[in-house]
Amino acid sequence: MEDKGINPWVSTEYSQPEYVRMIENIHALNENLIVRVEDFSLFYGDKPALKRINLSIKKNRVTAIIGPSGCGKSTLLRAFNRMNDLIPNVRIEGRILIDGEDICKKDTDLVALRRKVGMVFQKPNPFPMSIYENVAFGLKIAGEKDRARLDQLVEKSLRQAALWDEAGDILDRSALTLSGGQQQRLCLARALVIEPEIILMDEPASALDPISTAKLEALIYSLKKDYTIVIVTHNMQQAARVADYTAFLLLGELVEYDETRKIFTNPTDKRTEDYITGRFG
Amino acid sequence: MKRGERITNSILEGGLKLSALLAIFLIFLIFIFIFKEALPIFTNPGVRSEVDLRDLFASSVWQPVSDHPRFSLLPLFLGTLKLSLIAILFATPLALGAAIFTAEFAPRALKETIKPGIEILAGIPSVVMGAFALLTLASVLQGIFGWTMRLNAVNAGIALGLAIVPTIYSVADDALRAVPGSFREAAYALGSRRNQAIFRVIIPVALPGIFAGFMLGLGRAIGETMIVLLASGNAAILSLDPALSTRSFSATIAAELGEVVFGSTHYAVLFFIGALLFVITFIINLIANLVVERFKVRLAGVA
Ligand SMILES: Nc1ncnc2c1ncn2[C@@H]1O[C@H](COP(=O)(O)OP(=O)(O)OP(=O)(O)O)[C@@H](O)[C@H]1O
Ligand SMILES: [Mg+2]
Repeated sequence: MEDKGINPWVSTEYSQPEYVRMIENIHALNENLIVRVEDFSLFYGDKPALKRINLSIKKNRVTAIIGPSGCGKSTLLRAFNRMNDLIPNVRIEGRILIDGEDICKKDTDLVALRRKVGMVFQKPNPFPMSIYENVAFGLKIAGEKDRARLDQLVEKSLRQAALWDEAGDILDRSALTLSGGQQQRLCLARALVIEPEIILMDEPASALDPISTAKLEALIYSLKKDYTIVIVTHNMQQAARVADYTAFLLLGELVEYDETRKIFTNPTDKRTEDYITGRFG
Repeated sequence: MKRGERITNSILEGGLKLSALLAIFLIFLIFIFIFKEALPIFTNPGVRSEVDLRDLFASSVWQPVSDHPRFSLLPLFLGTLKLSLIAILFATPLALGAAIFTAEFAPRALKETIKPGIEILAGIPSVVMGAFALLTLASVLQGIFGWTMRLNAVNAGIALGLAIVPTIYSVADDALRAVPGSFREAAYALGSRRNQAIFRVIIPVALPGIFAGFMLGLGRAIGETMIVLLASGNAAILSLDPALSTRSFSATIAAELGEVVFGSTHYAVLFFIGALLFVITFIINLIANLVVERFKVRLAGVA
């Protein structure tokens, strides 16, 4: 073994206490990492959209994915809940581990995966049903019939999504009568009700006005104590405001991934710097 | 834009506008014509002595050619009702099943076989469909159920149903395909299984469009003539029994208008029936269109 420094199992250069501490560190690190992307590539037909991506996402943190249009942000996000499966002729390589389990396997239980990894889309897409039915949907398809429990969980998620004050009295009204910002918070409530661990958001504020956007960002901030959030955004200020970590993608490659502060003040890669200073993209 | 181009454009636009207006005007003319011919029922004393409005809806016998002609629309109304009901009951499950299957479940190759297949069904002339019911279907049904009347409402209703399957199918199929992908994605992202996504989200969203297809099919069933004429037996019997021979409004007009004395009471009554059919199908189509419009507006708001 050449590489003694990296492989503690065969190392003779560490003292016993050092060795133990190291193992503990690895464990601590693993505890906090909820998603690990390992050498992940994705192809639409023959066209590569993601190229050998490696990154890990920390639990209870907000991670932003930024990059110019078409660089693969949505594709990467949708890989986490296997939404790309809905598109024909998609091929993947590599692995994505969530809670240590490879979700890219053929026999992955997609229903369970998507209940663990919720999603909010770019355009608000509430179902054309009542507000109540929208939020209760995820519970009902899972077989929940107890009316009292449904009521209680619907209220809880609407409160979490900061929509209860506005919508608590009009639960029977069509969700389509809500404003765009309210609809997006409703979609968030709908995703929260099944208590996912991770919430994916694909440019969730791009269809919203500044006030609704500010509300949504405050919400994202408050949600991270219970959830892990991955957000795709075109808006660099937004990434800087809400995200703890930021990944910069370019042409399907992960150029840089670091603490948001570092990415925005002192990026390592020249291309990152060019992008955040607006020199291209 | 160059001047010549502008002129061409305005000529083109004007021409299109003109043809649209002309079409509306012609429909209006037809409408006027039918009502004008039916008018004597309300105005002409001679006609009114033979039939008044109460007779049309209250008595029970349709016997227009006799020494004492009787003009009750009730048996015809009941016949039309029976026939369209049977047609709809037969066609709707078939057409919807096929639409849901091709829009959501079928692998592409199968989809590409079923869709044209059903469209071919739409191309079968109704006289051929009628002949099929008259010669083949009637015998099969009689063999199974042992009805005394070989030609009856069920026989004609089923043939009618086959004829309207393509109408319902294609509108329902369009409606299902028009459901924005964003709903489908939302459903799957919440952990729906395929059946749940289809039956709890996609179909409910498409329901107004599906309903419109149903209404258009109904409108066609009410107006369709040749199949009924050939396959129903054409006896104007006042009964709800589907195993009896049946006569519809449309078949009555087709069968009797050729021999009726011009300007007679019978003539006016036939046109009155025509006007009635016109109004009924107009209302049905109107409802279908309104529903489709609202459906589109509703989807446009979110798609
Ligand atoms: N369904 C698809 N079929 C084929 N190619 C696709 C499909 N979806 C995306 N792509 C391609 O994959 C690449 C990455 O697309 P993706 O949507 O992930 O980009 P993005 O970073 O989210 O862009 P944007 O900021 O515009 O949303 C693009 O080049 C795009 O053209
Ligand atoms: Mg995108």
